[in-house]
Amino acid sequence: MSPQTLSEKIWEQHLVRQQTGQPDLLYIDMHLVHEVTSPQAFESLRIAGRTVRRPDLTFSTVDHNIPTIGRELPNPDPTSQKQIDTLRDNCNQFGIPFYDMFDLRQGIVHIIGPEQGMTQPGMVIVCGDSHTSTHGAFGALAFGIGTSEVEHVLATQSLMQARPKTMSVEVNGTLGVGVTAKDVILAIIRKIGVDGGIGHVIEYRGDVIRALSMEGRMTMCNMSIEAGARAGLIAPDQTTFDYVKGRPYAPQGEDWEKAVAYWKTLPTDESATFDKYVELDGNTIEPHVTWGTTPAQSVPVSGMVPDPDEAVSPSARETAARSLVYMGLTAGTKIQDITINRVFLGSCTNSRIEDLRAAAKVVQGKRVASTVSAMVVPGSGLIKQQAEREGLDQIFKDAGFEWRDAGCSMCLGMNPDILLPGERCASTSNRNFEGRQGAGGRTHLVSPEMAAAAAIAGHFVDIRDIVGK
Amino acid sequence: MEPVHNIVGNAIPLNRADVDTDQIMPKQFLKRIERSGFGPFTFYDWKKDPDFVTNQPQYYGAPIMLAQQNFGCGSSREHAPWGLEDMGVKSIIAPSFGDIFRNNCAKIGLLCVVLPQSDVDYLMARAEELPAGQIVVSLESQTVSVAGTEWQRHFDIDPFVRQCLMNGLDDIGLTMQYDDDIAIFEESRSPLLPLTLKNEASAKA
Repeated sequence: MSPQTLSEKIWEQHLVRQQTGQPDLLYIDMHLVHEVTSPQAFESLRIAGRTVRRPDLTFSTVDHNIPTIGRELPNPDPTSQKQIDTLRDNCNQFGIPFYDMFDLRQGIVHIIGPEQGMTQPGMVIVCGDSHTSTHGAFGALAFGIGTSEVEHVLATQSLMQARPKTMSVEVNGTLGVGVTAKDVILAIIRKIGVDGGIGHVIEYRGDVIRALSMEGRMTMCNMSIEAGARAGLIAPDQTTFDYVKGRPYAPQGEDWEKAVAYWKTLPTDESATFDKYVELDGNTIEPHVTWGTTPAQSVPVSGMVPDPDEAVSPSARETAARSLVYMGLTAGTKIQDITINRVFLGSCTNSRIEDLRAAAKVVQGKRVASTVSAMVVPGSGLIKQQAEREGLDQIFKDAGFEWRDAGCSMCLGMNPDILLPGERCASTSNRNFEGRQGAGGRTHLVSPEMAAAAAIAGHFVDIRDIVGK
Repeated sequence: MEPVHNIVGNAIPLNRADVDTDQIMPKQFLKRIERSGFGPFTFYDWKKDPDFVTNQPQYYGAPIMLAQQNFGCGSSREHAPWGLEDMGVKSIIAPSFGDIFRNNCAKIGLLCVVLPQSDVDYLMARAEELPAGQIVVSLESQTVSVAGTEWQRHFDIDPFVRQCLMNGLDDIGLTMQYDDDIAIFEESRSPLLPLTLKNEASAKA
């Protein structure tokens, strides 16, 4: 067999059917379902008299549209309540396992798949959510789909998909102290652009990636879509196996050994080639802060808001100028002179236990600036519990952070957790689009450490000045 | 879905790059569990500006939208194409599209056409100058032309997507014809792979 990349191997192994003139029919190993992108799919199934082919390969929870506070109270928004109830009803009707709002295991769908060990190397995983790419951190091919495709997977456990191109993004060297996976992915998006990955599956490779924890790898793969990529993945290795081992859905005993032996066959063959190659020097990556309204509009924290007139093309200049107006920023302003009012520590990008530990270390014994309101939203009930066991909740609360229940929260602001017009937020989430965190709100994407440091200072600071000493 | 053949009409010049689906359909409207009625919420925040292009009466009901590169990037929300569909848009022409958005459009019969930057710029400028100017998007001949002129461009489209659009095919029905292939594949799947129900049952036991 000719040499193959990781994503090509997974693709081949999931081919149900191949026919000239048609996209490949790909089998789906795991379908994650949440309340926002599924109701119309279930309704359409019912109308057509179809059923869910494999409820045992389907899994569901509520995350996008649930309150992170006062869950025991009636939902203030009846439309939201109806959406939550609808998912529960649909899961009951079609026999799909469902982690409801008060289940300790409930959380952001892309956090709990890995947490439960449902996400394993070599799988094809889909979900009606663009951040499904998160699961690629395990060497799985995982991508977001729309509601029509959700219905297609529910009915057939398969999807017609055009074969994507492959892209190698290699980051070599060693990250400096205070530089995180978030900074690496922001640097990559800045380099290739928000459309640089269109039509491609990115494989992240190199020393820096190998040295990352699973949490860090998930942060990176999570934001592949922000570079326009269909998916992002990382070859499984000992770090992956150690993370999966012992989790509720992980293979056990003899099965574990067999699974690991298979997983070890997955990494890209040495002589395999990619359609596109990108390289970054990890030694030179600094902590990043976005200044605009696309995730590619970022600069190192030591830098300043760029001048649109220095943009590479007239259209880039126009986009940059528009972003500055929306963000209320002036070219030439030092990043560290930008003051903030809000801090959001959460989302499928950065709300895992390692993120909370890193942020807690920065805030320990300090107080959130009087001009800032800050919140922590753990990614799952289990992460929240673990953090409380470690006393992290107390560190955050003592510093003046709010300590919430698990959900997507202010990453997309579907629930009441939103920015008010003009509010400026240091956020560990993935999108700084106009109005993403609330109409008129201004989002700066950063790592958990950088967000924590900004909460204390009331403006952006170089985390290296704190942790480097 | 309704078969798509030729789309004739004027075009809305949305001259912006990297328009994400959060702009096309803001999050507060994603709470609805209905499939229809999303049109009025399309570009909800941008429409607060009276000069925004979809507020201009000369573009009301136009079946074609012109946009710049990476249109529909970001969130996978199909509510975005549902909104465009509901406001009467039948085809979008841009230099590139977000992958998921483009897939979603194909599933509902909304034709995404990729043309080179210079051609999009030409059509954009023309639609700004002549808001009633008629454009013909022909899926049959895979061309975009400007009515009353010689201007015509060929576009590429995945032949399968084209066939589905032209026949208004329900691709779930199509896949269900391959039920046997799916069943055979399932038999060959590794028993080591996770089953959500099995573990759920043993967790509760």
